[in-house]
Amino acid sequence: MSTLQILATIAMIASIVLTATAGDILTASAMRQVGDLDAIRARRGLFGAIAAVLSNGRFGIGVVCLALSFFSLLFALSHRELSLIGPAATSLTFVTNAVAAKIFLKENVDRRRWTAALLVCAGVTLLAF
Amino acid sequence: MTFRRYLVLAAITLTSAYGDTLLARGMKSLGPVSLHHPLELIHAIFNPWVAAGIVLLCGFFASYLTALSWADLTWVLPASSLGYVIMTINARFWLHEQVSPLRWLGVVFITAGVGFVTRGPSYTDHSAGTPEPVEEPVLEEVLR
Repeated sequence: MSTLQILATIAMIASIVLTATAGDILTASAMRQVGDLDAIRARRGLFGAIAAVLSNGRFGIGVVCLALSFFSLLFALSHRELSLIGPAATSLTFVTNAVAAKIFLKENVDRRRWTAALLVCAGVTLLAF
Repeated sequence: MTFRRYLVLAAITLTSAYGDTLLARGMKSLGPVSLHHPLELIHAIFNPWVAAGIVLLCGFFASYLTALSWADLTWVLPASSLGYVIMTINARFWLHEQVSPLRWLGVVFITAGVGFVTRGPSYTDHSAGTPEPVEEPVLEEVLR
């Protein structure tokens, strides 16, 4: 693989990871704004819960980011092998999600959660072999 | 964590694993889709295996959003990653794919990560501006 091809591969993986992370953070933030869906469903019924989610702006932008991530994945898969793109994108997203959740969602990412994220990241990488 | 919330976590795990497995089963029966004929992907939606996979993945997204309404993202993602383990088992015994010892080691790592994170708290309690965790229903109420 030439240097240009390596750079292109990195760019493709980065675009999947960045859009997936943005989508995950925005949807998680939206659900935090909406509140406990079980409690909303108990008060306003199933359609009330669905309306509460769909009317949230962050949720809409998050879904757009997740759709972009999906199309970035399809584009990458049309140029590189699934065994490279799949595990690389999935495992890196675990790490970027942990960093972004700590920064943007102010989640308490303690040593336990870091260890879990890194174990799952390593495990997903091994699934490629 | 209540019994009901463990059920939501199980739903995320099972629907993602079986949804992806059904998609793979359907796409294998259809054969490779050429980039020059992307409309073949529309045709794939009507394959019963692919359609069943899409239904399960819709269920996955609904249960994933439910979990995010009462748990942190950094808790939900590792806690629901047992789906990768189930997917590997399905690939080996249902789709008859070759699973190398390194992949099984990966399964062990993921399982360890899941066991690690689920023993900790699921929600970061922020002060004003974020929802308070609601009162947990007792098990009898959930099962009623």
